[in-house]
Amino acid sequence: MSIETPAAKAGPFAHEPVSIPRTMGLVMLALLPATLFGIVQFGWPALYLFVATILAAILAEAASLRVAGKPVRPYLMDGSAILTGWLLAMTLPPWAPWWIGAVGSLLAIVVAKQVFGGIGQNLFNPAMVARVALLITFPLEMTSFTVPTPLFSAHAPGLLESLAITFGVQGFDAFSGATVLGHVRTELGQGHALSAILPEVFGSVSGAVGTVAGSMGETSALLLLGGGIFLIYKRIISWHIPVTMMGTIAVLATVMHLVDPEHYTGPYYHLVSGATLLGAFFIATDLVTSPVTRLGQIIFAAGCGLLVYVIRTWAGYPEGVAFAVLLMNACTPLIDHYVKPRVYGRDRRGQPIEYADDAEVQS
Amino acid sequence: MKLFKIRGGVHPDDRKQLAAGQAIESLPMPALLHIPLQQHIGAPASPAVRRGQRVAKGDLLAQGQGVISAPVHAPTSGRIMGVGSYPAHHASGLSVPTITLQPDGEDRWADHIQGVEDPFALEPEEVAARVAKAGVVGMGGATFPAAVKLNLRKRYRIHTLVINGAECEPYLTCDDRLMRERADSVIDGIRIMAHALGVERIIVAIENNKPEAQAAMAVAAADDSRIRIARLPTRYPMGSEKHLVQTLTGRETPARGLTADIGVVVHNPATAFAVHEALRFGYPLVSRVVTVTGGAIAQPRNLRVLLGTKVQDLLDHCGGFRVDPERLISGGPMMGQPLPSTRVPMVKGSNGVLALTVEETNEREPMPCIRCGSCVQACPCGLVPLEMAAHTRVGDLEGAVGLGLMDCISCGSCAYACPGHIPLVQFFNYAKGEMAARGRAKQKQAETKRLAEQRTARMEAIKQAKREAMAKRKREMAAKKKAEAEKKAAAEAQGGQEGQTDRPVRSASETEA
Ligand code: SF4
Ligand code: SF4
Repeated sequence: MSIETPAAKAGPFAHEPVSIPRTMGLVMLALLPATLFGIVQFGWPALYLFVATILAAILAEAASLRVAGKPVRPYLMDGSAILTGWLLAMTLPPWAPWWIGAVGSLLAIVVAKQVFGGIGQNLFNPAMVARVALLITFPLEMTSFTVPTPLFSAHAPGLLESLAITFGVQGFDAFSGATVLGHVRTELGQGHALSAILPEVFGSVSGAVGTVAGSMGETSALLLLGGGIFLIYKRIISWHIPVTMMGTIAVLATVMHLVDPEHYTGPYYHLVSGATLLGAFFIATDLVTSPVTRLGQIIFAAGCGLLVYVIRTWAGYPEGVAFAVLLMNACTPLIDHYVKPRVYGRDRRGQPIEYADDAEVQS
Repeated sequence: MKLFKIRGGVHPDDRKQLAAGQAIESLPMPALLHIPLQQHIGAPASPAVRRGQRVAKGDLLAQGQGVISAPVHAPTSGRIMGVGSYPAHHASGLSVPTITLQPDGEDRWADHIQGVEDPFALEPEEVAARVAKAGVVGMGGATFPAAVKLNLRKRYRIHTLVINGAECEPYLTCDDRLMRERADSVIDGIRIMAHALGVERIIVAIENNKPEAQAAMAVAAADDSRIRIARLPTRYPMGSEKHLVQTLTGRETPARGLTADIGVVVHNPATAFAVHEALRFGYPLVSRVVTVTGGAIAQPRNLRVLLGTKVQDLLDHCGGFRVDPERLISGGPMMGQPLPSTRVPMVKGSNGVLALTVEETNEREPMPCIRCGSCVQACPCGLVPLEMAAHTRVGDLEGAVGLGLMDCISCGSCAYACPGHIPLVQFFNYAKGEMAARGRAKQKQAETKRLAEQRTARMEAIKQAKREAMAKRKREMAAKKKAEAEKKAAAEAQGGQEGQTDRPVRSASETEA
């Protein structure tokens, strides 16, 4: 049959049971344990901030869609805005005022996502854009961390008190505490040796479980790891980015630690501290802003890992996941341009494969 | 046997259990048959019967035209009701030249139908000629004339015949049933084809979701040491010719080439069966096995149907619809085409009629691409579907071609896996069709130019010829004159003879065609 192109619907007429809302939903499900842990550990203010951030993200998304003249419902229902707000909230100091979350969401949704053309079009990870912008603009609010004050524990602020923390102007100096990364960094800066610093702030158990000061959703390495493995199992993400990124950090940390154990912390410390796990499983793996080929993902993740280590160790900030991911996001188009799978029946240069022994018999 | 890995692919729910348990049964004789003249790739056949003529089963209805073509035969005995046009078995539903036959109910074979005692005693050319005469085409859906493939040995060094029993499309079970129920006939057809191709290596490849077929074929092939059964992992698109060959031999077919380039010819079990029937009994291809299935079909079945039977007749025999189908498809769900209506006739390449429910098709409104890369991982051809689609979307078809559009086999793995439910294959089909149209337009332009140039050249040649003729004549005249003058001079010298006058020479260049 001389088949002309069917303008009609083409196959396939079966579809894997996947959809964008499902993808986003599963990521949120994977984030849930670490999130709940964060809320329990940091109390009501953390919950308020979490809710405020996500609400702001939803509102910003709806408003942008309306302005752009796109249908609001289907796009809002895809879950991407909620996820962006969620991820942003995870990276904020848990007792930050509500407007930090709100401004962050606005930046993430409007500036980092919708201005680029909406879902799928953004070059940079919206949550990380917002985090970095906030960090630069509001350094004080973004670096005021609290020691864990679990819900219903003796000293934890109550419902109303917490409202004052999140929505008021009340400070919370009584509870303030530095993150492990920040503390170690400061102490190292003052010329102390690691053997003197580490024992008092870093325990291998507390670091893994997450009963330390830190961003709302970043402290529990174990729960994040569990969530990440769940995502790999569900095939939402593949192992390539998280394993490569963590592997790169671990290798660098090991090498430097071996060279000078008094000034360079070991791999375990780097893996469980700060945003390493959240970054490796949930941020760097962001589908939109990471390369689409496996090899590209490996290159991308190795770059992320390298930058994270370099920033943490030698640059001006104690934590570098957000910067690292953004820098590598900028490389994604380049990576995708140069790293492509080999086309079936062609060699790497795109020429048809030739086999010496199967020459055509001349007719 | 050792198998090689191919990249990409997907694992759709095969849903074969719906029809796999149903033995092949013959559909009762339909009231009318609509037999399209083109049921194959290549030139359409030209009608060899008139309206009102009586034909016996197996009589020639239309003669193949040219090298790549196939004849069409009467699926049963009866009377020709017309040679006209009728909606095609194709998504467009356009009308195509079709012969309408009213069966007389006798189903009487023509007297001239005769098989060969020993096909292996025939010359390979003779086998291919008989296969061609029987109108056998690739019955896996590609409908490429089978004889042309059997003759590839003339141009390529063929060493292996692969029988593609992968049947990797979900739902379809017609090849499965055929291999289970008619294993001996299929193997016989395979051996005849191997004889025609002159190959000593035969691989029958069957996916692991058809253990009964694997077993039946292994038993049937037991006493031929050349035949090996390959047990393929269940994965789509394992049945893509080039990927199947790669799985079996580890070699990729060069881009834009044929599997024959690497010495392999691939045929389908149903084609082998048709070859067996054509050689042993002289039966032309007038019927085939079709799987009628899907969640919306009341009783899924495998039917042997006469070519030209209306889809509606098949559906009726299967108890009609259980629920209203969301989609009616010809072929498998991955690469099949929507059927424009149930009036259209079954053709040589139709291996399935699927009526799918909403749950089965799982269609959704397309969303923007989220660059998840699922399509990249799914593509068995190493393409980056999201980029090809993005270029096509903005009309940059050359860009899409540069990314490998023409290497896309339209298998649908990418679209199947896309969480955004983006109709990727639709984009690619559109782009390919558009590029083909542009190619044709360009070719037409070139052709027009060539014709114009030829005409100018012809004119020039005529002028040249005329000029030469004129010059010749002038020369002759001059010679004559000179001779005459000499004569005259001689005559005058001899004393006062009569002179000749010159005739005027007409300009030849004025008489232009
Ligand atoms: S349809 Fe084309 S692009 Fe999509 S998976 Fe198949 S070969 Fe690749
Ligand atoms: S599978 Fe769909 S959404 Fe994912 S990258 Fe491909 S086209 Fe985009």
